[in-house]
Amino acid sequence: MSGSAEETKKHIDIYMKVAGALAVLTVVTVLASYIDVAVPLAIIIALIIATAKGSLVVSYFMHLVDEKSRTLAIALALTVFFWLVLMLVPIMTTSDTYGVHKPLPNANAAHAEDEAH
Amino acid sequence: MDIPYTVAERPDTGLNNVKLGIWLFLASEVMLFGGLFSTYVILRVGGVDWPLGAEYLNIPIGAFNTAVLIGSSVTMVMCFASLKLGDFAKYKTYMGVTILLALTFLVVKFFEYYEKVTHDHLPSHSTFLAIYWTMTGLHGLHIVGGVIVNGYFWGPGSKLWHEKREMFENRIEAAGLYWHFVDLVWIFLFPVLYLL
Repeated sequence: MSGSAEETKKHIDIYMKVAGALAVLTVVTVLASYIDVAVPLAIIIALIIATAKGSLVVSYFMHLVDEKSRTLAIALALTVFFWLVLMLVPIMTTSDTYGVHKPLPNANAAHAEDEAH
Repeated sequence: MDIPYTVAERPDTGLNNVKLGIWLFLASEVMLFGGLFSTYVILRVGGVDWPLGAEYLNIPIGAFNTAVLIGSSVTMVMCFASLKLGDFAKYKTYMGVTILLALTFLVVKFFEYYEKVTHDHLPSHSTFLAIYWTMTGLHGLHIVGGVIVNGYFWGPGSKLWHEKREMFENRIEAAGLYWHFVDLVWIFLFPVLYLL
């Protein structure tokens, strides 16, 4: 953020509006968790609200809307790209095992020992 | 010898080195917490059985702490705005409130942890609690780091305002960027751990 006192006062007005929006979205996050939906949908709803809140913080409190540096834009684009890789690659490589119960080879060993006695 | 570009923008990056440095640090932090979130997703989606956060955690307390951290982000951004307006007294007030809110968050977190320990809900109890302790513990350490830095700029470090105003403003902006990032992480941690 840079500029005159007048500009700073305008920024303060925006900060207050963003603060109000964040408070409302926090209440919405809690209320949404009480809606009875399937887990994947609940995760999506919670993450959409969290992303909206995060975007407000990054855009206005961290002044990203005012930044014009190409270097910063490239650095942040790379960060987002590698974050997505970090999130997606492990999920995709293990997705065939989701929800499948695979007991360990010796999972029944203790039980079998009890029965033997 | 003065270190160049601590205040003035570098012509090639369009940023001063303080701002570029803190953003690159935050990028590394995104990867640090990203790795943990990725781990959480694998464990959560791949688990045959997973508890609801509310079975172990107190949602109103988590929501209260969320409000506290968001409030501290507001006061932190007001610190910077006060300096831009040349109002040092307001800066000190807002920074003091920011530190108090951060300490409030830590005290609430301490009581949450204490309750977990007394009920034997330690990381070894379940995968959920292991990831809960790891992620909130790392986040808590970031809060402690922020309190130390903000405390320095509220106390002895604030002398710089009277000597080199622009340099002090830059440092508060960098400290603010870090603090908003810590708030940002909690914005995602709260629903992921407490509500799902």
